[in-house]
Amino acid sequence: MMVRVTRQGYIEELDLLQQKVTEMGQAVDVALGLAMQALLGMDKELAEKVMKEDDIIDEMTIGIEDRCMLLIAKQQPIARDLRVIATGFKISTDLERIGDHAYDIAKTVLELEGVPFVKKLIDIPKMAESARRMTELAIRAYQTADLKLAEEVCQMDDEIDLLFARTFHELSQFVGDDAVKVKQATQLIFVARYIERIGDHATNIAEWVIYLETAERIRKPEK
Amino acid sequence: MDYKMQVKKLNLYYGESQALKNVSLVVNPHSVVALIGPSGCGKSTFLKTLNRMNDLIEHVRIEGEVSLDGVNIYQPDTDVVYLRKRVGMVFQRPNPFPMSIYDNIAYGPRIHGITNKVLIDEIVERSLKGAALWEEVKNRLSASAMGMSGGQQQRLCIARVLAVEPEVLLMDEPCSALDPISTMKIEELVAELKAKYTIVMVTHNMQQAARVSDYTGFFLNGELIEHDLTNVIFTKPANKKTEDYITGRFG
Repeated sequence: MMVRVTRQGYIEELDLLQQKVTEMGQAVDVALGLAMQALLGMDKELAEKVMKEDDIIDEMTIGIEDRCMLLIAKQQPIARDLRVIATGFKISTDLERIGDHAYDIAKTVLELEGVPFVKKLIDIPKMAESARRMTELAIRAYQTADLKLAEEVCQMDDEIDLLFARTFHELSQFVGDDAVKVKQATQLIFVARYIERIGDHATNIAEWVIYLETAERIRKPEK
Repeated sequence: MDYKMQVKKLNLYYGESQALKNVSLVVNPHSVVALIGPSGCGKSTFLKTLNRMNDLIEHVRIEGEVSLDGVNIYQPDTDVVYLRKRVGMVFQRPNPFPMSIYDNIAYGPRIHGITNKVLIDEIVERSLKGAALWEEVKNRLSASAMGMSGGQQQRLCIARVLAVEPEVLLMDEPCSALDPISTMKIEELVAELKAKYTIVMVTHNMQQAARVSDYTGFFLNGELIEHDLTNVIFTKPANKKTEDYITGRFG
């Protein structure tokens, strides 16, 4: 006998919501990659492109929020369905912030005005790579409902935090009499801070994935 | 835009008392329109004006215009039987005829002059499939329809309407006598049916209107207070009365 799934349209809407969140995650991941590429290559043109395309990411957030609002208003979601919507809201906010930080990094490229770096950047690219990896894995965990992967992402944040502490210490050495160096060191500290925050947002996303799949809240205590 | 149905400045009186006040509304083809509002607001009365079911009630006076594909159904030469074939109705309580499942469906096509057994067999199967009932009853078509569950009976009534190949389906609280699972099945069916038909549904259940309809109209005291996309009505209604009603402040 043919099994009919009731509420087919509603189920498709929920699937579509998850698909939109995943697409946004992928767009944010690309933006972050390009922003870092612009920074390391001092590529103003690429930086401007990243800044411009942040509008698309912002539009995606609004699109996801509107979908969530409509589903709540029209479908009386409960249980896992409700968590799909709640986490859709929350994850899109985290993604939007990551996108904003990609924008901030790109904007820094313009502010650095092509002045050579005070030192070779070593830890910042490492941090960025970790942050990107975390974002990518968090989104993959979301897409594939992979709890183990989500837990791994949560563990990865410590490394970024450590690198941030080191970078901060290192760059603060340049804060002295040379105004140009001070300005650049400060800007790079900001970049490191943006990346550190991206790691936090990726961790949040992974935590939301765990909540979505298990209804368990595992927020790490604030540092 | 070619409207499937268009209602212009409709007023309806039961004797001295006015039940509908200056109602205007358009129905797009292949859409589901839900009509909501508290008891006695005129929504069922309005629904019945769409295929002239109110003609059967004494002392009813109707002013205004209701058109189907651009033709006023209240003009004197209207063939009301043909109108009700084109604009079918499903009622609140399932009302199967006391005969077999098969004969319930075959009844309409037969009175419209179809006698070919093979053709009627086809219509019965197609209509039951259209109403998502075929799989459940295909092995007992000769059993009495009275032995079916309420939800099945209501889908049988929908199949019975589909058998005469209507264009518009009017549904007057089609789920109010059904359990939640049967209700979901009917709602699912409505979503499928709109590909072929245009549906206008009266419902007491606001959430049902939100779930199934493309457009929602809110009636209060015989007036159509607001009519808009369901997505708009349930997120940012323009009228304070609509908002108060859908959020449960009154009604």
